[in-house]
Amino acid sequence: MFITSEFTTARNLFPYNDIHKWLSYGHDGKHPGCDEYYFGRREFSFTLENDVYLRYKSFKSASALEHAIKSCFPYKIDIGAVYSVDPDKRHAYSQTGTNVFTPVERELVFDIDITDYDDVRYCCSGADVCSKCWPLMTVAIKVIHTSLKEDFGFKHILWVFSGRRGVHCWVCDPKARRMTNEQRSAVAEYFRVYKGNENNARKVALMGYSLHPFLARSYVDFLKGFFEGELQANQSIFSTKDKYDKILEMISYEDIQSELREKWEKSANRSSLSEEAISLVRWEQLKNTLQSKKHKAPTLRMCVEEIVFTFTYPRIDLEVSKQMNHLLKAPFCVHPKTGRVCVPIDPNNCDEFDPLAVPTLSQLIEEINSGGSKMGVDDDDDDTDSSLLGKSIKFFRSSFLGPLLKSCKEEIENSYKTKIGKSKDSFSW
Amino acid sequence: MEVIRSQKRTPSNDTVSNPKIPLYLTAPQMEVRLEEFELFAVDRLRVLKGVSDGLARGRNPKEMDDLVDTLWKEHMRDPDASVMFNKDIISHFVLRLVYCRSDELKKWFLSMETALFRHRFRLQNFEAQRAIVGEFGLPYKAVTGAELEGLKERLGQVVRSLGQISPTVEAVYYKVPFEEVPDLVASRRVLIQKGYAFVAGSQLVSLVVTQFRSHISKALILTNRKWTTTIQEREKDRLTPIVEALSTSYLGPDYSQSTEYAEISLKDIDQVAKSSFPLCMRHLFEKVREDHHLKHGGRMQLGLFLKGVGLKLDDALAFWRAEFTKKVGSERFDKEYAYSIRHNYGKEGKRTDYTPYACQKIILSAPGAGDHHGCPYRHFSEDNLRAALGRMGLSSRGMEGVMDQVRNKHYQLACTMTFEAVYGTSCDAGINHPNQYFEESQKILKSKTPPAPV
Repeated sequence: MFITSEFTTARNLFPYNDIHKWLSYGHDGKHPGCDEYYFGRREFSFTLENDVYLRYKSFKSASALEHAIKSCFPYKIDIGAVYSVDPDKRHAYSQTGTNVFTPVERELVFDIDITDYDDVRYCCSGADVCSKCWPLMTVAIKVIHTSLKEDFGFKHILWVFSGRRGVHCWVCDPKARRMTNEQRSAVAEYFRVYKGNENNARKVALMGYSLHPFLARSYVDFLKGFFEGELQANQSIFSTKDKYDKILEMISYEDIQSELREKWEKSANRSSLSEEAISLVRWEQLKNTLQSKKHKAPTLRMCVEEIVFTFTYPRIDLEVSKQMNHLLKAPFCVHPKTGRVCVPIDPNNCDEFDPLAVPTLSQLIEEINSGGSKMGVDDDDDDTDSSLLGKSIKFFRSSFLGPLLKSCKEEIENSYKTKIGKSKDSFSW
Repeated sequence: MEVIRSQKRTPSNDTVSNPKIPLYLTAPQMEVRLEEFELFAVDRLRVLKGVSDGLARGRNPKEMDDLVDTLWKEHMRDPDASVMFNKDIISHFVLRLVYCRSDELKKWFLSMETALFRHRFRLQNFEAQRAIVGEFGLPYKAVTGAELEGLKERLGQVVRSLGQISPTVEAVYYKVPFEEVPDLVASRRVLIQKGYAFVAGSQLVSLVVTQFRSHISKALILTNRKWTTTIQEREKDRLTPIVEALSTSYLGPDYSQSTEYAEISLKDIDQVAKSSFPLCMRHLFEKVREDHHLKHGGRMQLGLFLKGVGLKLDDALAFWRAEFTKKVGSERFDKEYAYSIRHNYGKEGKRTDYTPYACQKIILSAPGAGDHHGCPYRHFSEDNLRAALGRMGLSSRGMEGVMDQVRNKHYQLACTMTFEAVYGTSCDAGINHPNQYFEESQKILKSKTPPAPV
């Protein structure tokens, strides 16, 4: 699908210096406390046109990275972990048998893919996405982002469009980068609510007498409103028998299921209301019925919430987050199947993000050809670039990279001062 | 620790005021008789094996507390408290030598020692527990006053979310970086705010267990280094043979090499799946035949199981290829799937020969959307499980017993009962590995003599 010449443009527009600055985390060699080899210990992987997959690539500088990409012609670039030694040279070390080649730092990452919601979206399935189901991603970003900040105290969080049907999240605080696999797994499990596949009907089971504060906040601030508003409007989840049967099966009490089923079957043909209105009416009926009967069984206590969570709560890919050595696609790559650029998403404005309006490679090429922007977005000081990609780059720099680097440099300076202070003491008699 | 020949023991220098559970932070400075070296280790190994068994049978935490109490009293007790204490320490350090020598051994030892520690800790009273927390030198302060007041409502919510109808917020909470209590975070049993978890006094066990596990894990690496560089050679006529003998006992078979009973060929596979596969593997097998595809978790669980039952690599490739090519085509199969099948058989990459998953691992897996792996007794809804058991030939009465076990979360006992119902014999050992189910089943089927021709 992708034409080599088009991808040449992609490779020219890729922001090498910005990516290099980001992944150097302040180790730019300008301060005595810098580790000048830090960037060189980061693993990259390239996927080439004939599906050849090259792992453990590493580079000493932005220009080395640029040179390699422009000569290998990868159509996909993944970012891995920072290792104890240059990935390129790992074989030289593993001979000693004391496990010297090992990941030492890696961002905490999350991957949310809309295909994992196929059982609750009726407009699309598989690789497709539209304005009716994309809001699921929006609400996922809000829930996870709020928790990362408020619960875990993280500050440097980058959200990126995956290019087709999902989002990636990169948590870049030093604390996050140094997390062990076990700790990453714990955070992923903390976020996990949906435990479903076709073998079980009740895929969200909320036990206990109340929601955990994190779930309660997510429900009150984001999920309830989204379910009763936008989701109902877009998906009309009660309007047909197939649709409402699926929901009724989540109620673990046969009597209630039958009662509602009967009621709705009767009203099926008589109503002159729109699909959306019918859905809302039925939702109210369901809530009322459950409210009056919830004392009957512990599994009914939070049935309403369970239904809301099933349809709206984020479904992250646990495996991506759990291991330090898991590779994830680099921001600003071009998705080979859609041609769209993997641009950052502003979590504070994610309602505005439209995946179908993201610049495509063809649009970028056209823009260049018509003189609307210049090739190569690497001009660091260029704030006047109002091209399609320029806006994303600007956002990346001002909202994410700037604050991140400021904090990294402070950290490097502080730990350097501490080290110097310590060795000064050792000279005192 | 100095190992000496048979002699009267020199009086111990250890002070009497030790905490009840040693933390094994440093190797003890005492002399050990050679016989004790082995005997103490064997006794502790009996305890660890008992713990392993209990976990495999899905015992809940309270049952494990009781089990550990019983095991400890049975194998490690001594009328003299200081002798008992020394035995505890010595046996631990000897087993470190034994179990540091490979990744598989390390993993097992770490899991069992951590579980042992966890349940011994839970059996202590609160004061003793706080003393142990102090021993670790953990710097966590208790949350008090205005800060605690501000959190009270949400702490109460956490308590209620865990099943307690009235929110009794405890008197003491510790403010701890969330990284220190991963298991409490994972199960949402603590309030987390700005990177800190608020751990109740009754949850201290999580805190110390994490510390304990981390410490032992690091210690095992150091011990391994010492072993390979100096000890193994130096002790080759004395301790090394004892150490090597100790590790080959007490671990169940891992089914990575199939036995004579379990060699299946491609043409028999459908029939054998119906007659001898446990429910988890039968489900996966049926799904492959039906969907001509399986996601990664299912491919691993079923693929390794098939290797364990004796399916050769070539037959395995033929099996997966025959199914997958119906959906993805043969080029994609070669490109995307053949590699990992060969990887499972140790023919690619690290060339590790992967072992089939035991029940414990399968039960703990987390099948998500589109997955079919995991343990049906745990992961299926009641209706789906009943339907599946019906297809295996269980009567409705037999099913009730099984469903009862499932309700009590005794998934392996449920599988054992299924086995007993299907084959009409009892299985006292209990099922703890799918390949074990297969082998036992094959044994029974092959021992039934064919009917004499009329």
